[in-house]
Amino acid sequence: MDFQVVVLAGGNSKSLTPLVSKDVPKPLLPVANHPVLYYVLHQLEESNLKNLIVVVEGEDAGLLVGAWISGTFVDRLHVEIAAVPEDIGTAGALRAISHYLTAKDILAVSGDLVSDVSPGAVAATHRRHDAVVTATLCSVPISGSSELGSSGGKDKTKKPGRYNIIGLDPRKQFLVHIATGAEVEKDTRLQKHLLHAVGQMEIRSDLMDAHMYAFKRSVLQEVLDRKDTFQSLKQDVVPYLVQSQLAVLSGIPQAEEDGNKKVSFPNNQVMVSQILANASTPSFHELYSMDPDGFAQTRKTHKCCAYIASSSSYCVRLNSIQAFMDINRDVTGEADHLLSDNVIGPSPKLGTKTTVGPHCMLGEGSEMGDKCQVKRSVIGRHCRIGSHVKVVNSVVMNHVTIGDGCIIQGSVICSNVQLQERVVLKDCQVGAGFVVTAGSEYKGESLARKEK
Amino acid sequence: MDARRMSRAVPRVRQVGFFTPNTPAKQPQPQSAAPCSESPPLSDSPASNSLSPVMIPPPRHLSDNLGGRTAAVPVPGRENSGELPTVGSYNPSESVLSLDSPPRSRIGDEELSEGAESSLGWYRRSDSAKFASSLPSGGFNLSTAKHPESVAAVEAKNPLPEQSEAQKEQASSSKPLKAKTTKAERRALQESQRAAKAASRAEANKSGTPGGAPSSKPMKQPPQKKDGPPVASSIAASERIGVDRSVEKERKKDLPPPRKQFDDESRGGRAKRRSVLNQPEARNRVELFRHLPPHKNGTQLPYLGSKFFELHEKHPAVYKVGLQYLAGDLSGGNARCIAMLQAFQEAIRDYSTPPEKTLTRDLTSKIGGFVSFLIECRPLSMSMGNAIRFLKSRIARLPLTLSESEAKTTLCSDIDRFINEKIVLADKVILRHAATKIRDGDVLLTYGSSCVVEMILLYAHELGKQFRVVVVNSHPMLEGQKLLRRLVVKGLSCTYTQLNAISYVMHKVTRVFLGASSIFSNGTVYSTVGTASVAMVAHAFRVPVLVCCEAYKFHERVQLDSICFNELGDPDAISKVPGRVDVNYLDNLTDKQKENLELLNLKYDATPSDYISVIVTDYGMIPPTSVPVIVRGYRKEYLLI
Repeated sequence: MDFQVVVLAGGNSKSLTPLVSKDVPKPLLPVANHPVLYYVLHQLEESNLKNLIVVVEGEDAGLLVGAWISGTFVDRLHVEIAAVPEDIGTAGALRAISHYLTAKDILAVSGDLVSDVSPGAVAATHRRHDAVVTATLCSVPISGSSELGSSGGKDKTKKPGRYNIIGLDPRKQFLVHIATGAEVEKDTRLQKHLLHAVGQMEIRSDLMDAHMYAFKRSVLQEVLDRKDTFQSLKQDVVPYLVQSQLAVLSGIPQAEEDGNKKVSFPNNQVMVSQILANASTPSFHELYSMDPDGFAQTRKTHKCCAYIASSSSYCVRLNSIQAFMDINRDVTGEADHLLSDNVIGPSPKLGTKTTVGPHCMLGEGSEMGDKCQVKRSVIGRHCRIGSHVKVVNSVVMNHVTIGDGCIIQGSVICSNVQLQERVVLKDCQVGAGFVVTAGSEYKGESLARKEK
Repeated sequence: MDARRMSRAVPRVRQVGFFTPNTPAKQPQPQSAAPCSESPPLSDSPASNSLSPVMIPPPRHLSDNLGGRTAAVPVPGRENSGELPTVGSYNPSESVLSLDSPPRSRIGDEELSEGAESSLGWYRRSDSAKFASSLPSGGFNLSTAKHPESVAAVEAKNPLPEQSEAQKEQASSSKPLKAKTTKAERRALQESQRAAKAASRAEANKSGTPGGAPSSKPMKQPPQKKDGPPVASSIAASERIGVDRSVEKERKKDLPPPRKQFDDESRGGRAKRRSVLNQPEARNRVELFRHLPPHKNGTQLPYLGSKFFELHEKHPAVYKVGLQYLAGDLSGGNARCIAMLQAFQEAIRDYSTPPEKTLTRDLTSKIGGFVSFLIECRPLSMSMGNAIRFLKSRIARLPLTLSESEAKTTLCSDIDRFINEKIVLADKVILRHAATKIRDGDVLLTYGSSCVVEMILLYAHELGKQFRVVVVNSHPMLEGQKLLRRLVVKGLSCTYTQLNAISYVMHKVTRVFLGASSIFSNGTVYSTVGTASVAMVAHAFRVPVLVCCEAYKFHERVQLDSICFNELGDPDAISKVPGRVDVNYLDNLTDKQKENLELLNLKYDATPSDYISVIVTDYGMIPPTSVPVIVRGYRKEYLLI
C-alpha cells in the first residue's frame, strides 16, 4: 500500500529512571512479561505490516533490541534496526534515517504505545483525505488522571499532566490546533485566518495524542530539512504543520488569469480537475484556497487530519511510572486481548494456602511459598517468593528473590532484586539488582544502585 | 416543442405503468378520468392470461399527452376493489401490458382530440402529476399494509382467487426475510394452493379478487405459459425470486446476468462471504426496497480502514477512490467515473504481469477485482459501468504482439482519450448546443447540482446572455447549495428554493435544465431523486425540459420505474437535520419504538420520457425516442476507438 512504517522505540527514558537502565532500555521494559515493544510490533503484524524500521536511541540499546527482535519474530517480520545517537528527539531520529524513507507515506509509531487502535484505520483516513499528516487521537484514560495523585513517585505527580489542547473542525476530521502540555502552561496562540476559514472550532482537552502519525513523506522530509531545530514530532513538527496548513508553503500563485479573459474553454486537464473538485465535498481548505471571486486555486494548502479512535479502544503510552503501573494492570485485566498468549504461565509452583487473585500474571518458573497473597500484580519469570508474602498492585520482574514476610504494595521491583525478610515497600520503585536489607520499610521512594 | 409533437401521426401507446391485461371495461370511461379508467377492477380470466406478458412494445412514438399513464401512476381502481388492503401503486401482478389493438388505437385518437383542447389536457396533466407525486406514500402504505401473516391469512380465507402459480410462489417465497418459513413449509403451502386452485379453476370464477398477495415483482404468468419464453429483460431480471430453477436456467441462457437481489438469503450469504465489507442487517428497511443493496454508512468506514494493509491486491489509488465513495466525499456521475478511471490508470501503470500469465487475462481479472471492491463501497453508476466495459474491451482487444510496457501505455492513453472525448469534449459540445437554447430574458430552473448544467449556465453567462437561474434543492443532500455558491460567485443572479415550493416558482420559469445519471433506451431518465417531480411539474406548466447528458451515460437497459433498480442512501441522513439540534423528534426513540420505523432514503428516480422535451447530448439535441439509436451506434463506436 506504499506505506513505510517507522517504529520510534526510543532508548533510555528519564521519566522511567529506576526501571530502565543500560541493560534494560525502554523498549525492552517488560509489561506483563512482554517487552513493551512487543505490543507495537504485534499490533503491526496483525495489520499485515511486515516490513518495519525500528529506530533505537543508542548503539548498545540498538544491539539489545535487535537481538530481542530477531529472537522473537524470527521469520515473521522483516525489521531493520537503526541506531541513532541519543537525545536527538523523535524528529531528529526521523531526520537521521531520512534517506531510508522512500514510500509515499510514512507511518510513525512510538515504540511505547500499548493500544489496539488499528494502524490501517489511521492510514486509510490519511489516504482518503490525501492529508499531509494524520494524527491518532484517543480519549485520555480515566484511571490515569484520577489516580495520578494517589500513587507514583512524588516528583512525577507535580507535573502539569499530559494535557493536550486539541482543536478540531466541526466535522471532527481535521486538526485545527494542537498544543501539548508544556505549551499550554504559557499561552495558546490561535491564528485568526485559520479560525476564520474553519468558522467553528471544537476545543477538546479529553483527547490525547497517541503518537501514531501518518505523514506524507515529501512534506515530512522538507520540513525536517528546513527546520533543523525541530526535535520532537509531537511538540514541533505536528504543531508546525497544523499551523501552516493554510499558509503558502512554497511556490508562487499560479497565473490562471488568461483562462478567464476571453470566452474560451479551459483546457481539458483543468476541466477534469474542476469536475472532480466540484463534485467532492469541499473541506475548509478548498474553500479557503479559492479566490473570493473565482475558481483559480491561488493559495496552497495542506490538510492535517485527525483519526479519533473509538472510546472503546485501548490506547495508552508508557511514558511514566504511573502509566507503567496502569498498563500492567490493564493488560492483565480488562485489555487482555492485547496479549496473544495466555496470562497465567505454565505451572508456577505455589505453596499451600497461597492465593492468587484475579487480574494477576505469574511468569513461568516462579515459585511461591506458603500462605502468600497476590492481588492485581504481575510476577515475572523465575522469581522466588518466600512464605507469608503479600504482593498487591505491584509489578515484580524476572529473577527476583523475595524473602519471607515481605509486604509489597503499589511498587515496581525490577529484575534481579533481592528483598530480604520482612521488607515493607509501599509505592516504591526498586532498580535492577538492588538489595533491600532485612526489616527495612520504604514508602514512596525510588531505590536504585549507585552508578559505578 | 408541443407543436412538434402534435403534428405527429397517431402515436402508439406505450403503457409503462401497471395495467390489467384486458381492457374492455375501461373503454366507455370519460376522458377526463383517464388515469382511473386505465384500471378496472381486476378480472383475470384464463383467456386474458393466455396473452403473453412478455412483450413491451418499444417506445417508438411517444406522446407527451400520455403523461397520465406512465410508470409512476398508482392504480386508483384498486382502491375501489376494497376487500384487501390497498397496496399502493405497485402491484406488479398487473404489470402486464395490454396487447389488444382496439384500445390502443382508441387511446391514440383520444389523445389527438384531447391535445387540441388544452384545458382538458391541463387537468389531465395535473392529475398525473398528483398521482405520480403520491407515489412515495403509496410505497409506504405498501410496506406497512402488507405483512406476511396477513397475506397468508388472505390466502387461507379465499382460496378461490385465481392466482397463477407464479404469483403464489411469489406470495409465499418472495419474503424470506419476514416470513420465517422453512422450505418444507413453503412447499406445503404451495401444494395446498395448487390443489385449491385446481378446484377453483373449474368454476372459472371471475369475481374473486386476486392479486391481493402483494409480491415484490411478479409477472402474471398463466399456468400454461409457465415454461414459456423469457420475458423482457428488465422485468425478468428483477423478478427472479421464486421462479422454478429450471425456468431460471433456461432464462439465464438468453438474458443478461441479473442484478443481485439483496433480500434473497441464499445469494446474500454467498455475497457476504466474498465481500470485504460487513453487510449491514436488513432491519428497518422499507419492504419494497429490500432487494436493493443496503447503504453502507460510516460505520463501515473504520472496518474497511482496519483492513487497510490486509488488502494487498487492491491498488492504493483504487482503494482511495473506494474510500471516498464510501465516505461520500466524491459524488456525481462524471466525477466518480473520472476518479475511477484515473485510479485504474495508476493501477495499470504499476502493474506487471506475473510469470506464466498473459497480460490480457490477468489484467482483466485484476480490474474485475477492483470493480467489485468499488461496488462494495458504493453501487456503480451507469456511467462507470460503461467506462468499465470500455476498458475491458480495450484490454481484450490488445494485440498479443505488444510488449507489456507498450500495452500499458496504450491502455493509459486509451483511458485518457475516453476521459477527454467522452466526458470533456462531450461536455463542450453539449455546452454549445444547450447555449443556443438560452435566450435573453430567460428564467432557467435547475435541480440539484449537475456539472454539465453548471457549465452551461456559466458558459451562457460568459457569452453575455441575460438570464436568471432558479436553483431547486432538496433535503438531505443539499448539493444545490454548492452549485448556488459557485454561480453567485460568478455573478449570475439566482433564486434558491426547495423542492416543496417548485410549483410556485415554475410559472415564471421558461426552461428547465436537468442533469442525468443515465438515460435508458426507452427514454427514461435516471437521475437524482426529485428530478422526476421537477420534470412533471414543468411538464404540467408547459415548460420545456432539457436533459443534458453525455452519451457515454446512455444505457441499453429498459427501466420502467425507480424501484427495481435504485440505490439506497444513508437512512439516518433523512431522520436528522444537520445543524438543527431543536429538530430532534426522532432521536429518543427506544429500540422497541424504532422497530415500527422504517426509513427510506432513495438516491435516484426515473423520469418517464413523456416529461422530457429534448435530450441534449454530444450527438446533438435529440428526442428521448432516439436514445436507442445512439446506444446502438455508440456501442459499436467505442469498441472501435
